Amino acid sequence: METIHTLQEFMLHTKNIIYILMVLALLGMPAFWRFLNGRDED
Amino acid sequence: MTQEPTPTTSRYLTPFNVVAGIVVVVGLIITVLRFTGGLSTVTHLSDDNPWGIWIGFDLLVGVALAAGGYVTSAAVYIFGMKRFHAAVRPAILTGFLGYALVVLALHYDVGRPWRLPYPFLVSQGTTSLLFEVAACVALYLTVLFIEFSPAAMEWLGLKRARGLVVRLTLLLTIFGVMLSTLHQSSLGALFLIAPAKLHPLWYSSYIPIYFFITSIIAGLSMVIFESGLSHKFFKDKMDEEHLAGKNVVMLGFGKAAAWVLAGYFFIKVIGIAADNQWHYLATGYGAWYLVELLGFVALPAFMYAVGVREKNTTIIRWTAAWTVLGIVVNRFNICLVAFNWYLPSDQRYFPHWMEIGISVFIVTIGVLAFRFIVTRMPILYAHPDYEAH
Repeated sequence: METIHTLQEFMLHTKNIIYILMVLALLGMPAFWRFLNGRDED
Repeated sequence: MTQEPTPTTSRYLTPFNVVAGIVVVVGLIITVLRFTGGLSTVTHLSDDNPWGIWIGFDLLVGVALAAGGYVTSAAVYIFGMKRFHAAVRPAILTGFLGYALVVLALHYDVGRPWRLPYPFLVSQGTTSLLFEVAACVALYLTVLFIEFSPAAMEWLGLKRARGLVVRLTLLLTIFGVMLSTLHQSSLGALFLIAPAKLHPLWYSSYIPIYFFITSIIAGLSMVIFESGLSHKFFKDKMDEEHLAGKNVVMLGFGKAAAWVLAGYFFIKVIGIAADNQWHYLATGYGAWYLVELLGFVALPAFMYAVGVREKNTTIIRWTAAWTVLGIVVNRFNICLVAFNWYLPSDQRYFPHWMEIGISVFIVTIGVLAFRFIVTRMPILYAHPDYEAH
């Protein structure tokens, strides 16, 4: 893992990961919603 | 000639009453010791560990679990989900008793009960979060008392007064939601002052948001949990609406709890990423954090969803109990386990048995008060002389 020296590097590193997690959340939450309501639609 | 015990005597001498009686007597003795001998007589609190289970359990868990009142009344009166109406009065009663007992428990921790109004009347620390928490709890306890009062007024036959209070329902609900949003999050914000004392995995600048979201989860789960117990022990007190509404409440609240838990799971993971605390997950504290996150957040989210999909109220009921336990674990972790985490074990806090005794005493008072009220007042049934509001 690259070493973090500055606030800029810290923000860049953490924001990169958060953006990836947000994509996962945006995919995961609708999938969970469909699982939750799956039987209602049948 | 031996005399047969009267039905009244045998009715009162139940195992529950005997155990509750012993707990109350022991609690009263510890109460006398606490208020005559001071904190050191009955607690292991110290300058390093000034907040024990009276704050971690009685206050933080108590306030979170009493959130069912604002969650249910908001769902019914603000969002118009009238199908959950049967759950309103039990939820308001649970909330009212919960907050009343939080205030009672606080007396044990701070002492000098006659000084309770001081923060409002004598020395207003308006820049303190504790002032805001105190003000909100005092106001919200009053709101809950007024929201609960129609049931007592129906019982006492005070028709005019009941009519006046019922007209305030929407106003009180909005006020209750505002106050709950404020103080549920502020209880978490109290820990913002101690970033060096709280373990980095539990400390976050988002902790007020975590506390607020978990209060919604606690409220939803507590209504399901309490509803399950009421249907078991007070079924004879319920009318058709309450009996028929059991599954509607469990499935509806279970679905909401699953959704909020899933959102909370993602927010927590993003919180770890925002503070770049991943490396702590490989430590002992990290393992315990994962138990909380996976075992008490992700697992109940999935189990609630399975229960709702299968329309299985048994799964939902057990998941609610598990989630309530998860709230206890979360608040204990923040207030006790992860607090002062760097101190050597001999300087860490472990509660005195009398502290646990007072917490059990206070919970017992709550259960006895709940039973006293639901067996007398129209909480689990609609009074035939009054229209539902």
